[in-house]
Order: sequence, then C-alpha cells, then structure tokens
Amino acid sequence: MGAGEAGRVAGVRVATGGAAGVRAGDGGAEAEGTDAGVAQAEGAAGITDTGTPSVPTTVSDRPASPATVPDRPASSATASGRQAPHATAPTGAPAPTGVRARARLHARPDGRGGTALPVLEGEGPLAPRRTRGSGDAARVMLVGAMSGPLGGDRFGVEVHVAGGARLHVGSVAATLALPGQSGGEAHYDVRLDVADGGELRWLPEQLISVCGSDLRVATRVEVAPGGRLVLREEQVLGRTGESPGRLSSRLTVRVGGRPLLDQELACGPGAPGGWDGPAVLAGHRAVGQLLLVRPEFAEHPATARMLGECAALMPLAGPAVLVSAVATDALRLREVLDEALALLG
Amino acid sequence: MVRAAGAPMSRAALLVLADGRFPAGGHAHSGGAEAAVKAGRVTSAATLEEFCRGRLHTVGRVAAALAAAAALGIDPAELDAAADARTPSPALRATARRLGRQLLRAARACWPSPELDALAAAFPKGAHQPVVLGLTARSAGLGPEDAAHCAAYESVGGPTTATVRLLSLDPFEATAVLARLAPELDAVVEAAVAAARRAVLDGTDALPAASGPLLEIGAEGHAAWPVRLFAS
Repeated sequence: MGAGEAGRVAGVRVATGGAAGVRAGDGGAEAEGTDAGVAQAEGAAGITDTGTPSVPTTVSDRPASPATVPDRPASSATASGRQAPHATAPTGAPAPTGVRARARLHARPDGRGGTALPVLEGEGPLAPRRTRGSGDAARVMLVGAMSGPLGGDRFGVEVHVAGGARLHVGSVAATLALPGQSGGEAHYDVRLDVADGGELRWLPEQLISVCGSDLRVATRVEVAPGGRLVLREEQVLGRTGESPGRLSSRLTVRVGGRPLLDQELACGPGAPGGWDGPAVLAGHRAVGQLLLVRPEFAEHPATARMLGECAALMPLAGPAVLVSAVATDALRLREVLDEALALLG
Repeated sequence: MVRAAGAPMSRAALLVLADGRFPAGGHAHSGGAEAAVKAGRVTSAATLEEFCRGRLHTVGRVAAALAAAAALGIDPAELDAAADARTPSPALRATARRLGRQLLRAARACWPSPELDALAAAFPKGAHQPVVLGLTARSAGLGPEDAAHCAAYESVGGPTTATVRLLSLDPFEATAVLARLAPELDAVVEAAVAAARRAVLDGTDALPAASGPLLEIGAEGHAAWPVRLFAS
C-alpha cells in the first residue's frame, strides 16, 4: 500500500491506510508498517499478558464502517488529505460527539526477572499491543486503530510502572491531529507514573498538527526519587508544505513530588503572537524534547552542551537532562534526538 | 483587589521600581537578543518586534505570573521551584538568580521588610528574579498587577534597548516597537494576574509555563561564546 496524500510527511511513518480510518475489529484492518505481530487487529479489547481479555469497553458512538464515517479519512490510500475530512458528510446528520477513549498500561515485575503487564487495555482508537521485549523489559506498541484525534475527541493514556519493572512504550506510526466534523478542540492527556526502582521508556512517534486541527496535549509525569524515565516528544507543524493547525502542548514532570520540568508550547492559528518568530520557532516546522530522569544525575549532573545550532543538552534543576531541539522537518529532528539518546546511553 | 498588607498603594513607587535606571543590573542582559542578532534572526525593527512579541507571550507571561504570585504572598520557595521547572536552560537559571540577587540588594535598601530579609537568608545565591520582583513590589506597597506589569515590561524592554546597541537601531523605531506591544502587554498582565490568583488556591501548577525553544537553546549557545557584549 503506497503512502497516501493523507499522511505524507518527510521521514515520518504514518499509517495512511489499513488501521487508520477503520475501527480495529472491522475485519481487514491491518496497520501498515508495523512490527510483525503488532498488526493483528484483534479488536480494541485489551489483552493482558496472560492472554485474558480485559474489559473491552469500546467506543460505540461512531459507526464502524468507514463508508459511513465520512469524518475519518478513508482507509483507501487514494483518499486526498487536502480534502476537508468532513466535506462528504451527509447533510442533516446529527452533529457527532467526539470519541472518548482511554488506554491503561500497568507494568510490574513478573517474579522471574522479567516484567508483567497485569493491565493492558485500550479502546477505540487506542490499541496497545505487547510485542517482543528485550532482556527484562516489556515492550508495548500503541497501534492507531482509528485516525485522529479529531476535533471534539478526548483521548487519554495512563501508564504505571511499579518498582523493579521495566517498560518500553512506542507507537507504530505518527499521530495525526485532524479537523473534526463538529469542530472544537481535541484533547490528548497522557499520565505517566514511575515508582522507585521502575523504568519507563516512552518513545512514541511524532505528533503531526494537520491544517485546520485544534489539539491540546497534556502530559503529566510523576517519577519517584529512585525511578528512571526516558521520554521523547516530537511535534511536526503541518504535513509537507502545509500550514499547521492549532496545537497546544504542556509537559509537566515531577520527581519525588517536586516540580522538575514544566514546558508549554502553543503554535498555529490563534496561538499567542510571536510563536513563529525569532524567540520561539523562527519558521522551524519540527520541535522536540528528549527527557532523561535518572537518580545518578543527582550526584553527577550532565554537562550542558550544544548539539549543532538548533539543539541543546541541558541539565535540569533535578536529577535529569533535557534535550530541546527545533528543526526544519521531522527527519532532521529525529536525527538530533537519536544522536542525543545515543550520547546519553 | 488584594493589596499588600500595611503600605498604601503608591504609583510613584511603581515608577521607581520600573525605572530602567533602578540599580538592579538588568542593563547588562539582552534577554536573548544578542544570540538572535548573531544568528541573523533579528535584523530590523520588524524582526525585533516579532522577537519581543514571542518573548512577551512566553517568558514574559511566566515572569509576570510568578511576580504577581509573589506579590500575592505565595511562598517564594515554591515559586522559585516553579521557576526552575520553567527554565530548562542552566545558563538562564544562573542569569535569573544573578539578577534576583542584584535586585534583592537594591530592594532591601529601598523598601526594607522582614519578607525581603527572609528571602535573602533562604536564597544566599539568589532567587529567580521575577520572584524577587514580586516580593519587592509587595514590600513597596504595590499590588500583583504592578508586579506583573514590571515583569512583562522588562521581558521586552531589556531586549529592545540591547538591540539598539547591537544593531545601531534607531532608538525612535525601537521605542515604537514597545509602544505597539503595549496593548498585548496589558492583556498578558491581566491573564498572568488571573493565573496567579488561581495559584493561591490551586498551587503553582496553575501558573503558565509557556516556553520559547529558541530562547532556551540560544541562551546555551550564547553562554559558550568566548566574547560577548551582554551577559545573557
């Protein structure tokens, strides 16, 4: 399946067909570009690592067939992303309410030196899948089982990592913030919680703010004094050659209850002035942060350094390092963040 | 309206505190303008205006809210921790503390108060400048709006004066930039004070955390220059 117009962004893996636009479980839904074993669309029900399905609280307020879901970009790769997603909405249809969906992941030691996932559940567009981990870490991929978030949607992800557990969370493709039929803003809330002796690697793919979309992202992280965290956040303003939607994003991190990092970025139409000016983004279309929290940094803080012209590695006022970067596009942003991650180990 | 206890509101005190000649060391700092000029991002009055507008809505908004919160009497130590979390660049944290220490020295001479003495004792290396500014306003009998106005104005006034020197910009054109930003500045102050009042009840998470990635990154690059005209 070729990459459709709907998701063309240089250097970004976007599920343009298959799972995007189709409710998982419709049959034939298959994520593109996923790791083997990830794309089995076994429905939106969470599967625990003992194979027991958890409560499949799927979203039911949106028709399942893509043919009747004109506000989702169609699963066909020929769908034009330049067409307003709601352009084909039947007249007289009731205004749809947004999708509300939540995913929950709990990781704890399995007692045999590995990591168990007693809670691994998602619904609607949020489908977490356990994949092969490495060593004693469990690995989960978030599969976008539906496109979005669209205007009016409200997504939430909660992750808890207990002491002694190691969890690596990624996503199979970039997330596209899209305009919605009902208009209004979409919300994506992420809550991460790492206990003493736990480790979380939160490395999702990019968030792409599509023209006309309006998304508020809130990421709140609590790390216990002995917890470890690697967190990456990348935002891409518009698909290739496209002006961005409205995007507001706030990342709040506490370590041992003390504020470590609080960063908010608002851009796109309607954002406070100067967001694309020389103090904030200066025309760069990709912006990202890589955060590492480790107890060792309290004793041995990292040394600040530049990573090229548009990225800096900065020790925070706490046991952590932040790499902040802007770049012309998603590919170059990933290059610099990957370089930083390799540098920090 | 909440007013600092004891002293009556004084407009003249606000003029003294907001005066660019107030001996608090701000003139040695460009607020990132020197780095932006060197990078070729600020080259004219128009690009200076966009730079200042970006500062006003990010670090200016945060500084105004912190100053208003301190003027309202929120624990300065909590506000200082909130300021640290909102300042990832170690170069900018060091600058904020240096400026805070210098301001505190001047403030204790002008408006001595037990609260300023306690702040000096708690932060021998200096607290974040907007926190000191807010407590100074409180000691001078000023309110949270006054403190926020001082902080927001400083966030654009400093870089503007610096750019006049860096680019040999026409001072009339540069000051006109500030005049054009004035209505936005008033709006930022209003929002900042509202956030500070929420923080009295809800804690410092209610304060804004707007950031300018290029300000942070640029400050780290600037700190490593062997020779520079401004300290930051």
